Amino acid sequence: MAWLGSSLGRRLLLTLPVAAAAAGGAAFLALLERMKHGTYDPHAVPSPLIGKPVPNFTLPAQPPATAGISSADLVAAKRWVLVNFFASWCVPCQIEHPVLTELAAAGLPIWGIAYKDTVDAAKRFLTERGNPYTRLARDETGRVGIDFGVYGVPETFLIDPHGIIRWRWAGALSDDVVRDQLFPLLRGGSGA
Amino acid sequence: MNPELGHFALALAVCLAAAQGIFGLMGAQARREPLMAATPALAVGQLIALGTAFFTLVWCNVVSDFSVLNVVQNSQAAKPLLYKITGTWGNHEGSILLWCFILALCGAAVAAFGQDLPSSLRARVIGVLGATSAGFLLFALTESNPFLRVWPPPPDGQGMNPLLEDPGLALHPPILYAGYVGFAIPFAFGVAALIEGRIDALWGRWVRPWALGAWCFLTGGIALGSWWAYYELGWGGFWFWDPVENASLLPWLTGTALVHSAIVVEKREALKVWTVLLAIATFSLSLSGTFLVRSGILNSVHAFANDPARGIFILALLGLVIGSALVLFALRAPALAPGGLFSPISREGALVFNNIMLCAIAAVVFTGTTYPMFVNLLTGEQISVGKPFFDATVLPLTIPLFAAMTVGPMLPWKRAALGPVLQRLWWAALAALCVGFLVGFGVRDGLVGLAFGGAVWLALGAFADIVERVRLFRLPLRESLARAAGLPRAAWGATVAHLGMGITVAGIAGMALATHVIVALHPGEGVDFAGYHWQLERLYDAPGPNYTARVAEIAVEKDGRRVALLTPSRRSYPVQRNTVTDTAIRTNLFRDLYAAVGEEQNGKVVLRLHRNPLAPWIWLGALVMAAGGALSLSDRRLRVGAPLKAAAMAKA
Repeated sequence: MAWLGSSLGRRLLLTLPVAAAAAGGAAFLALLERMKHGTYDPHAVPSPLIGKPVPNFTLPAQPPATAGISSADLVAAKRWVLVNFFASWCVPCQIEHPVLTELAAAGLPIWGIAYKDTVDAAKRFLTERGNPYTRLARDETGRVGIDFGVYGVPETFLIDPHGIIRWRWAGALSDDVVRDQLFPLLRGGSGA
Repeated sequence: MNPELGHFALALAVCLAAAQGIFGLMGAQARREPLMAATPALAVGQLIALGTAFFTLVWCNVVSDFSVLNVVQNSQAAKPLLYKITGTWGNHEGSILLWCFILALCGAAVAAFGQDLPSSLRARVIGVLGATSAGFLLFALTESNPFLRVWPPPPDGQGMNPLLEDPGLALHPPILYAGYVGFAIPFAFGVAALIEGRIDALWGRWVRPWALGAWCFLTGGIALGSWWAYYELGWGGFWFWDPVENASLLPWLTGTALVHSAIVVEKREALKVWTVLLAIATFSLSLSGTFLVRSGILNSVHAFANDPARGIFILALLGLVIGSALVLFALRAPALAPGGLFSPISREGALVFNNIMLCAIAAVVFTGTTYPMFVNLLTGEQISVGKPFFDATVLPLTIPLFAAMTVGPMLPWKRAALGPVLQRLWWAALAALCVGFLVGFGVRDGLVGLAFGGAVWLALGAFADIVERVRLFRLPLRESLARAAGLPRAAWGATVAHLGMGITVAGIAGMALATHVIVALHPGEGVDFAGYHWQLERLYDAPGPNYTARVAEIAVEKDGRRVALLTPSRRSYPVQRNTVTDTAIRTNLFRDLYAAVGEEQNGKVVLRLHRNPLAPWIWLGALVMAAGGALSLSDRRLRVGAPLKAAAMAKA
């Protein structure tokens, strides 16, 4: 501790606060930059399901589709599938709708689950705005939503060809999110 | 009143603040008396301009001028008048304006009450305040202008966040901001002293009352916020370790340390470098707290509209203010002459210990609050740090702090022996042990027993110093009382503030014994819980001015006798499409009966019922703490004019 008493030691010690503040400021700046690009979301809640197989479920069909969706279907698909929880009553779902439409056009299968919605309202929503979904099911009670850990719509899960959940996004998908997070995953996993 | 007038006044305030900064800092550097003499007038001018801007905005809200964008976004015609006024600062733009207004008040206060300061020090202090103000006013004018117009004006506004339509929260921001911004004055004194290269006992004497005043407001503001969370959010808790709450706790912790270390500067001319650092750190934490919360970086329930672009401006501003102060500190602090020496066991030693513990707690809270962000930055992982971390880390640090809080004030300055002091505290220690053991065994929870013991130790120990000084029971009672009346108010203030801490700790300990149930009942059904029978009498709708409420009427009975009729409700605000719980709380000061109403399903309604022992003591204690600070502030030595005499004596 003798160096603390020396004049140089004292000088160094007293520059510590400014150094710490500078480091903190730089970190904040980096985070702000990431927030702008959508790669950092302070409200994101980690999903314990990442890396786990999809929970077991069977859901009835949501018109216009005629067949429902089950967890077995997801495993049997043997390809990357985006599972999207949506509802006609949810405003962010309407915002994310064009993004889903583009993704569907790019060839990624999107399976939609109408969450806590009535059959007719969900059907009307899809007729009015277009249907980006390859398959459709309805989760009227929200039970399957609970198994997936959904806490609000829209919420989107990426399932790999083995039926493992690889990624989750809570809230509306945006072009930035698709570009910065979804595509790298698909490319890395040699998906679509 | 025309919004353009407010807009113009805001622009004028920017110019006056900039002039105030330049005249104050450059005038003092060049030793130009006329420039320095102009600074107080500029500070008052800035206050007048900003006051005009602020009250114009209040007026726009009161008359519902929907040509102003800010009013459209945050108000509606049907809102009650009180909330039209308080809604002015219930949004980002308005709250920034309020923040700046309080900063201008601080500058004007130094101009008005600082007439006895040496002219160069006063010019520099006012200059630093002016320069800071100029930066934030520029932010208000360019990035968050509350006077922007919309054309054509819409017929009605979008309404304000209904959570904020509450009398407690209406007063919360002004009081909290007075605390946050008040620490700008010690900060300015610190920076000015670094520029001058001189810190002495007089400096400590000038800084302490300002720090103490800000501390009182911050204490009150935090308590009010916590009370609001308790009764409005309906979660039954009072402190959630939410980033926004932590952001207000951090400057409180370092501010408390500052209030204590300034005593050492004043009395013993020691700890000067440390005290200046605390003054800078406290305001820096206040700034970071207020502004980083708004950047949306922190995950919080208290969300303002987030805008990363705004965040960059704010960060640059913070970097300028905090960075330049800390660079100055690094350059100048080594040259400050070290002060009086003292042994570890002494009043100074105890105050250093208090500072170390408070700053350790602050460091832990800071780490817990920012850790998720920094982990995300380094590894990309999402983690969250919550209550278990804070409980496990803060609690062990409070134990030595509370132990020392009672002993410290009884130690003499410079050199002391611990033995005799501990001997004189035997009765407080005995009482604390008895209560601790009784409660601990009673509820079979050692931690709760420890907390109650600690509360008794703090509350009784607070009086130990007074008892000693008036020689209670050793002199005739009348003589003791005469002595008590003659004690300086600062001594009483410290006693009252420490007592307040004891009361708050007792309240927190009581809340650890709180119990709650969540039940679903049909009207007419009841439930037995916590020794009471809670009967759901009926459910009905009640219209409000801009909401409709679904009210549950719950009769609470004990041994067949009605003790309370609780009417919690859920309010739906159609304009904002939002629902807010309105809890019902009945207190008798020793326990709260607390009910919140949830969703209805199949004719049943979900009720959340709590029995919270000693809950009101948490906020009562904070109020007592703030009162202690105010009492100390009214001490003769600190009142206006006293420093003049001291200065005259110092010169002689």
